[in-house]
Amino acid sequence: MTSPLQQKIKITGPSVVTANRTWDGIVIWRTAAQGWSAELSDAAVVRTADDARALLAESVADDVGAIGAYIAPVDVRDTGTVKPGNLREHIRSAGVTIDLPVPA
Amino acid sequence: MYAYDELDRTLINERVSEFRDQVKRRLSGELTEDEFKMLRLQNGVYLQLHAYMFRVAIPYGTLSSEQLRRLAHVARKYDRGYGHFTTRQNIQFNWIKLAELPDALADLADVGIHAMQTSGNNTRNVTSDQWAGVAPGEIEDPRIWSELLRQYTTLHPEFSFLPRKFKFAITASEHDRAAIKVHDIGLRLYKNAAGETGFEVLVGGGLGRTPFIGKTIKQFVHGHDLLSYVEAILRVYNQYGRRDNIYKARIKILVHELGIEKFAREVEEEWLQMRDSALAIDDAVIEDIRSRFTYPAYEQLPHMPDELKKAAHDPHFEAWRKNSTFPHKVPGYAIVVLSLKPVGGPPGDATADQMDAIADLADRYSFGEIRVGHEQNLALPHVARRDLPALWKALDKIGVATPNVNLVSDIIACPGLDYCSLANARSIPIAQELTRRFANHDTANLIGRLHVNISGCINACGHHHVGHIGILGVEKNGEEFYQITVGGRADEKAEVGTLIGPAVPYGEVANVVEDIVEAYLALRARPDELFIDAVKRLGVEPFRERVYATR
Ligand code: HEM
Ligand code: SF4
Repeated sequence: MTSPLQQKIKITGPSVVTANRTWDGIVIWRTAAQGWSAELSDAAVVRTADDARALLAESVADDVGAIGAYIAPVDVRDTGTVKPGNLREHIRSAGVTIDLPVPA
Repeated sequence: MYAYDELDRTLINERVSEFRDQVKRRLSGELTEDEFKMLRLQNGVYLQLHAYMFRVAIPYGTLSSEQLRRLAHVARKYDRGYGHFTTRQNIQFNWIKLAELPDALADLADVGIHAMQTSGNNTRNVTSDQWAGVAPGEIEDPRIWSELLRQYTTLHPEFSFLPRKFKFAITASEHDRAAIKVHDIGLRLYKNAAGETGFEVLVGGGLGRTPFIGKTIKQFVHGHDLLSYVEAILRVYNQYGRRDNIYKARIKILVHELGIEKFAREVEEEWLQMRDSALAIDDAVIEDIRSRFTYPAYEQLPHMPDELKKAAHDPHFEAWRKNSTFPHKVPGYAIVVLSLKPVGGPPGDATADQMDAIADLADRYSFGEIRVGHEQNLALPHVARRDLPALWKALDKIGVATPNVNLVSDIIACPGLDYCSLANARSIPIAQELTRRFANHDTANLIGRLHVNISGCINACGHHHVGHIGILGVEKNGEEFYQITVGGRADEKAEVGTLIGPAVPYGEVANVVEDIVEAYLALRARPDELFIDAVKRLGVEPFRERVYATR
């Protein structure tokens, strides 16, 4: 597979970098403080391809902390609230759309 | 049941320590993800959307009650209290933490369960008829040969780095419950005209992006030649199979491109050179494996015991008995299928509590044995018919006695976009909606046998190509759409279904399936003409018309 860094980066709107945390696999987002958070609301939002590339580069560099980092679209509401930009990302942040067999 | 010997026990335990060390090095940063990925895949660990997924093998679909209890324990301790039975006799856990995986593997190893070769480009878990050893009319227990193949392919150095994954399935019955025609190699044990027992060998079946039905490469191979012949196939594949393009790497593509005759000639040439090598198996090896399978001490029991006569007055019991119990080779016994397809539930999931309860019931009523079938249901293979009423009550209580086996709501579905990072669209909620639409048992019975299969992307984990009705998730401008096929089947008459028209949106899928079913009910020649036979007779046109006339 081509490394995400060699892929051409094209973004069509506000974007974040997301990945899974290495030790337990949960969904995380890259923050502006060069760390990770399990809350989308903490994510650093980028708006240009260059910023996206830079954010992805520092994310991928943390190979111990996170796996499979990639750029994902978000919607930024007028209030500033950040929402996932497509169904896949919605499911990653909000969880499965069905009732789990055993309620949490 | 099959009892592992010391060699296997040692192997499984060594594998756990090895993986424990690999995980430790990964978490400390000594191994990068690039280096680690192949190692985790070789132990059945994938990354899904929300977490790691852990796939555990259930060789030839046979579990002891002790093993099932241990799977329940893993679900409870390391996951979220449930597991998902797959179409290839595996179970998947969806929420496992990498840091805890070595412990989970160690707990499983205690009872002889492992996750070796449940992913990666190697020979995968060898699957078989889930009714092996108990189906009436079977030539011989096919698990003996599955086990031989398991031993031979486990960690086989030449076949650990194939161009792509490689799947075997074996059946020894006339009716194919193991879907051998959609496997890389399918084996059918039968008796030839001379009365000898051997294998018809099929090659190049598979689903995914380019579906193919397996073709017969050799009509008859003796048991003692099985390994050398299979190895010849694998060698030809290993040499010529494409490694440059993941979509063209499966053996089905090679067989298709060379043509079955040329492929067969290559294999024959290879085979003649090693037919009499160490791979020629002598009877003692087979006998040793045979002796490690133990069978229950069946009693002599009546076919129609009083308990059964009495219970026949209860229409709920009768509905279940007629639907979910099947003839056993021993008189007085039955095979009981446990539906993991409750109305509104995700197909193939079982909770830890259900697994524990089923293990207890297996101890009480089925000589401690459970089977896992490719339809994502379980079975108790040795139930005395006199115990059916009591067993039914207990199964009903834990929600695994929905009388819908082989009916329209007995849906095979992959995890889809709710879990899977490769998905285009969701599968599970579509299945759930369909089970609600067809919840009425009388209606479902009226419709009769009808297999609906759903995959969330073209990888076809839900076998949509071979569903009588197949549903495939695609994406259109960021929305979930679904292509619908009809006329596929996975049994001895396997066929790939035909697309009936343009994809339909998420909210329309259940309506479309209802339309197709209604068209069938109106068009069938007789009440016992099955859906799949009606499609064969009529073609897809009437169904296409019905679905798209108003859309
Ligand atoms: C994270 C979850 C999963 C991932 C990432 C995954 C991935 C894949 C991929 C990439 C393929 C196609 C490979 C190829 O054609 O060479 C495939 C095929 C297949 N998968 Fe899955 N799968 C997942 C879950 C499942 C589940 C839950 C089932 C059973 C319900 C399943 C059963 C199958 C089967 C039977 C095939 C073979 C189809 C064929 O013959 O080509 N998989 N899977
Ligand atoms: S068919 Fe596609 S969506 Fe479904 S489990 Fe397989 S890879 Fe995932």
